[in-house]
Amino acid sequence: MSLAPPPEPPVAPDPSASNRSNRSKLVGSLRAEGRRGVFVAVLSTVVVIGGLIAIVINSPNWLTFKESFFSVQEFKESFPDIAHHFVHNIEIFLVLEPLILAFALLLAIMRSLKGPVFFPLRVLAIIYIDFFRGIPTLLLVYLFGFGIPALQIPGVPISGIFWGSVALSLSYSAYVAEVYRAGIESVHSSQTAAARSLGLTRWQTLRFVVVPQAVRRVVPPLMNDFISLQKDTALLSIVAGQFGEAFQQGQIWKASHFNFTPILGVALCFLVITVPMTRFTDHMLERQRRRRMAGAVL
Amino acid sequence: MKRISTLAFALLVVLAACSKASSVATNQPTTAGETASECAKNATFTTDGTLTIGTSNPAYSPFFQGGTTSGSDWKLNDPTTGKGFEDAVAYEIANRLGYSTSQVTWIPVKFDESYAPGPRPFDFNIQQVSYKPVRAKAVDFSTGYYISNQALVAVKGSPITKAKTLADLKPYKLAAPIGTTSYDFIADVIQPDGGPAPTQTEDDAVAAVNGGQVDGLIVDLPTALYMADPYVQQVKNSVVVGQFANPTGGTPPYWGVTLSKGSTLTSCVDLAIGEMKKDGTLDEITKTWLSDKTNVGTVPLIGP
Repeated sequence: MSLAPPPEPPVAPDPSASNRSNRSKLVGSLRAEGRRGVFVAVLSTVVVIGGLIAIVINSPNWLTFKESFFSVQEFKESFPDIAHHFVHNIEIFLVLEPLILAFALLLAIMRSLKGPVFFPLRVLAIIYIDFFRGIPTLLLVYLFGFGIPALQIPGVPISGIFWGSVALSLSYSAYVAEVYRAGIESVHSSQTAAARSLGLTRWQTLRFVVVPQAVRRVVPPLMNDFISLQKDTALLSIVAGQFGEAFQQGQIWKASHFNFTPILGVALCFLVITVPMTRFTDHMLERQRRRRMAGAVL
Repeated sequence: MKRISTLAFALLVVLAACSKASSVATNQPTTAGETASECAKNATFTTDGTLTIGTSNPAYSPFFQGGTTSGSDWKLNDPTTGKGFEDAVAYEIANRLGYSTSQVTWIPVKFDESYAPGPRPFDFNIQQVSYKPVRAKAVDFSTGYYISNQALVAVKGSPITKAKTLADLKPYKLAAPIGTTSYDFIADVIQPDGGPAPTQTEDDAVAAVNGGQVDGLIVDLPTALYMADPYVQQVKNSVVVGQFANPTGGTPPYWGVTLSKGSTLTSCVDLAIGEMKKDGTLDEITKTWLSDKTNVGTVPLIGP
């Protein structure tokens, strides 16, 4: 490896004056380029979006489609009721999310435990995660929502929505556990070695050194799963019960009026909460990236 | 101001012209004394020379009967057997449109699919679809071939079986499939304290009763009688607790055949059903496949 001398800065005859004029020229051309850039961006957006809209609007069945999917009257009639039922979706994910976060962390720790003593725990965690990640969540919700109540075990709830929610939590815990595990494995082994050499027990090392760093690293992907869970509360529409989840309510409107607009109303409800969450997650990712880059030379 | 009103007037004229044009296009006028088969000669079909009829798969009893053969794509019942109430009605309509039994093709059509916008892959669809004015904006409905009472199915000896009035039913959990008149009946007429318990399909409503998740389910009377039939017992250990008279006032929710919006065949199907009503064929089919087939005695009426 040879150490090359740093490239010499270009020397101008009169640094102060010419530099300033050069800079202002540069800024000016950058601005011009910026203006041109904006113009091109606007133009291409208009062409692309406009073209797409034109294709949709000129489709042979557009008018029927519009009446069926974008009926203002149907929207006005159904939306307040749907929005009212959407409160149930929010309740569900607010209750489920902490349960999932806690249970998934337990699973991830079980899976990350080293040493032969913990072999059965590791195996159990792996089997659990493989099983619940391997089955479509929709099927789990259906099987739990109709299957477990049918057993009619005394003292066990028979509510479809309860067991559907349990299925949702079990499925998401498997995914979230893998996110945690990725975080735990990303903590360099020197951290563990250092902690152990300081006299911390294996458990203390995990509790005070590894997990805090791991969790902090995986907050953005966890947020992604949180957003995903918000959307998947719609899966609970397939279980029976008086609960009244928003998508189910949308389907009731749709089937009653033979019009699909209410389903768009449901989609709108979801967008209102998921888009801000997505933006926030992006913001956090960006902040994390900047923090990691701080002081680093690129 | 004047310009605006002129503009508005011009717009109105255009709108009126448009709506007139569309009404002429959709409602094919029927000439007096025309028969269904004459009418069908001028109609367009999905496949020439074939009448394509859609229904749900599984095809539910007692509207379709006769079972299914292994290897058939049809579950529960194969509509090509011609057995069952709606099956018989469909073939009778076909014959009156000038189509022999062998010229009829059945295709499975999901409920949602039957009213999606745009031309549908069937000439007509028959699956216990009840008429509502608002629904008629999306599809063409034929005149009715059946009007059903709603009925309550529950487990024998459970508290709900003692209900005598609609008010008695309020504390209970009642299931019905989404999009059915039965669901509307729970939501609008019974109005249970905890709200209705909708399910995606009829089978799920049955599962909900069998699993004890709900106290009972509301379905149309023929289906109720079938579910609780001593030899069928789709709902385990069940009885038909009672039936409900249709609410008075308004158009009763009759069952119609549905067709693509603006179909040229709609008026012909209307003629066919009209002929069937006139000469008593429809009554006969109803008696054969619904009244005579039930093993339950008279069902008590649950009053208001």
